[in-house]
Amino acid sequence: MKILKASLIACSIFMGSAFTVEARDLTVVSWGGNYQDAQKKIYFEPFAQASGKPLLDESWDGGYGVLQAKVKAGTPNWDVVQVESEELALGCADGIFEKLDWAKLGGKEAYLPAAVDDCGIGAIVWSTGIAFDGDKLAEGPKSWADFWDVAKFPGKRGLRKGAKYSLEFALMADGVAPADVYAALGTPEGIDRAFAKLDQLKANIVWWEAGAQPLQLLSSGEVTMTTAYNGRISGINRTEGKHFGFVFPGSIFAIDSWVILKDSPNRDAAMDFIAFASKAENQSKLPEYIAYGLPNLEAAGMVPEKYQAELPTTPANLEGAMSLDANFWTDNSEELTARFNAWLAQ
Amino acid sequence: MKGEGLRKTFVSLALVAPLALFLAVFFAAPLYTMMAAAVSDPVAARALPRTAEAIRAWDGAAAPSAEVQAAFAGDIRNIEDDQLFGDLVRRLNSAKSGFRTLMSKTRSALRDDPATTDLVAIDSRWADPGFWQAIATAAASTVTDRNLLAAVDYERSPAGDIQAMPEGTSANGTTLVRTFVVSLMVTAVCLAIGLPYAMIAASVEGWPRQLLLAAVLLPLWTSLLVRTAAWFILLQDNGLINSALMALGLTSGPLPLIFNRTGVVIAMSHVLLPFMVLPIFSVLIGIPRNLMPAAASLGAHPLRAFREVLLPLSMRGVVSGSLLVFMSALGYYITPALIGGAQDQMISSVIAYYATGAANWGMAGALGLVLLVATIVLYTVYLRLSAEEQARR
Repeated sequence: MKILKASLIACSIFMGSAFTVEARDLTVVSWGGNYQDAQKKIYFEPFAQASGKPLLDESWDGGYGVLQAKVKAGTPNWDVVQVESEELALGCADGIFEKLDWAKLGGKEAYLPAAVDDCGIGAIVWSTGIAFDGDKLAEGPKSWADFWDVAKFPGKRGLRKGAKYSLEFALMADGVAPADVYAALGTPEGIDRAFAKLDQLKANIVWWEAGAQPLQLLSSGEVTMTTAYNGRISGINRTEGKHFGFVFPGSIFAIDSWVILKDSPNRDAAMDFIAFASKAENQSKLPEYIAYGLPNLEAAGMVPEKYQAELPTTPANLEGAMSLDANFWTDNSEELTARFNAWLAQ
Repeated sequence: MKGEGLRKTFVSLALVAPLALFLAVFFAAPLYTMMAAAVSDPVAARALPRTAEAIRAWDGAAAPSAEVQAAFAGDIRNIEDDQLFGDLVRRLNSAKSGFRTLMSKTRSALRDDPATTDLVAIDSRWADPGFWQAIATAAASTVTDRNLLAAVDYERSPAGDIQAMPEGTSANGTTLVRTFVVSLMVTAVCLAIGLPYAMIAASVEGWPRQLLLAAVLLPLWTSLLVRTAAWFILLQDNGLINSALMALGLTSGPLPLIFNRTGVVIAMSHVLLPFMVLPIFSVLIGIPRNLMPAAASLGAHPLRAFREVLLPLSMRGVVSGSLLVFMSALGYYITPALIGGAQDQMISSVIAYYATGAANWGMAGALGLVLLVATIVLYTVYLRLSAEEQARR
């Protein structure tokens, strides 16, 4: 009988733990790495101190399905998440994010227009572009045409494995002006043209997936140049004394935003956190740790001169750069990903 | 007496209840959900009831009549639940790219002006029968075979016939075959290393055996990512292996060990080797040690003694080890993604894309189902063959 009782107790504990949700602390989710370390110092810890309540932070690697599954499961176990622009657009349309209270955030006009959304507020502006090792290449690449030119710059190239970014870069290498890239990609001929251009470089490409990989590939000399995120490049230059260069002309910038998951049990605390992280005096500390642009206009003005040159939002760096079109990718991501995978497999 | 019997049955049932519950929650339910997700397609019929009715008579040549368009506009206006609308858009966009922006634009326009039914005026894409075709197909039925077909690179033509997808648009079939090939290669490598290894470990005693087993077990306690990263450092062009080979003068340039099949097989074999060694080892230590000397005393050459005595006896371990390695290898994706090149992507990374990236659970379920069925077929063939082998003995 004892065993029977134990078994029944075990069962009920199992059922109980599987199906009840406890009240938990505010959970904020971001992209990990040295970026999240910086956020911890300037947002998470000061906010926990100011509010007097603990704040948990976790990291994730993106993926709309992850957020959707959490919300559809009932009460999500995350509250605030930093998402990319496509996830913001999809999630806001699907109603898996809470609407933000813009009065608490100081009004929409205090921010870059592109960083303002019903469901999200921009946290950073970041760029993807060509990175190279200044110690190995005295004369660095200047454009995507140089990136494709393996005669002038012998060696392998690193590219993020995926249709997004690869197709845009290929078209720019083929001579399409940044402003016309998405118009070209909107036609079947434009997509064929991008894949044909990728074909030329295919044998020389090393594909990467995680943001830390291109730094490793460059450091070890496995590739001569690679695409990379600008914040990581200036980060490694500062921490490890490297002389990696980042080419802003032809780079693509995008905005990551804070959102609150629908039916979050900590909705009010989440809103307070986002307001705290969007305040000019807090946000302006970020470039000291990592070179991402700031959506809060006042904060952007407070950044010390010496960090300005590295930010994607600095006017000189915006010349020749283009903005990621989240709408294009929410429409075409699935079809182009399938085609990209088929192209890779050839 | 009868009451006693019932009580006993009840007690036994209660005792297996944790197991039954575990199997139901973690095995049967997910499997069922996956299969159901692959074929069920209720969202369009639920969200667009009047359109589904009206579009049935449409001939598919040009944009449908004003009544159909009005029914569609009415249906869109009636959708209150944003998540249902999101599911509908995802379903339609998966069939034809462009629905995402088209539907949000249409919905907000229809809400702003409750009277209008002129969809083409809202967006010229509504004049394209291709979009209506996707709606008609989606609304026609609550079950679908499109995910299963797409999982093996097939689709239905507008007329309803099954046809291969145009070349270069989908490569799930290739990826699936590649997954099996890589898994087989890894199993073969693990067997070639694991069998002699287990034999040596079983033939020695004391600390050498502990050392040998620890050497296999230790990697199991290290995170998969760390081991993969370690292989990355070892295998790269100026990594340890290539620098050593070049320093010794064995090769003039770096061997291509990374971003190709070689690297994937090396790294995966290392990770999966314990699953081959341990089952073989556990069978081998049960074999009486005097059998090999006995075979030798009867005049058998060591090789013959191995082939006819030791190998057949250790076969159970070899079989379970190979199955373990093969099945685990089928699901790998971090290692091929980090160590492999463009030609080494395995099917689980495609499944992961559909599940976590695109939130297209139907496609993820269908690919999972195809992988499951292919594995079961392979397993059955294997059981048949080994049963025949047994019968011949």
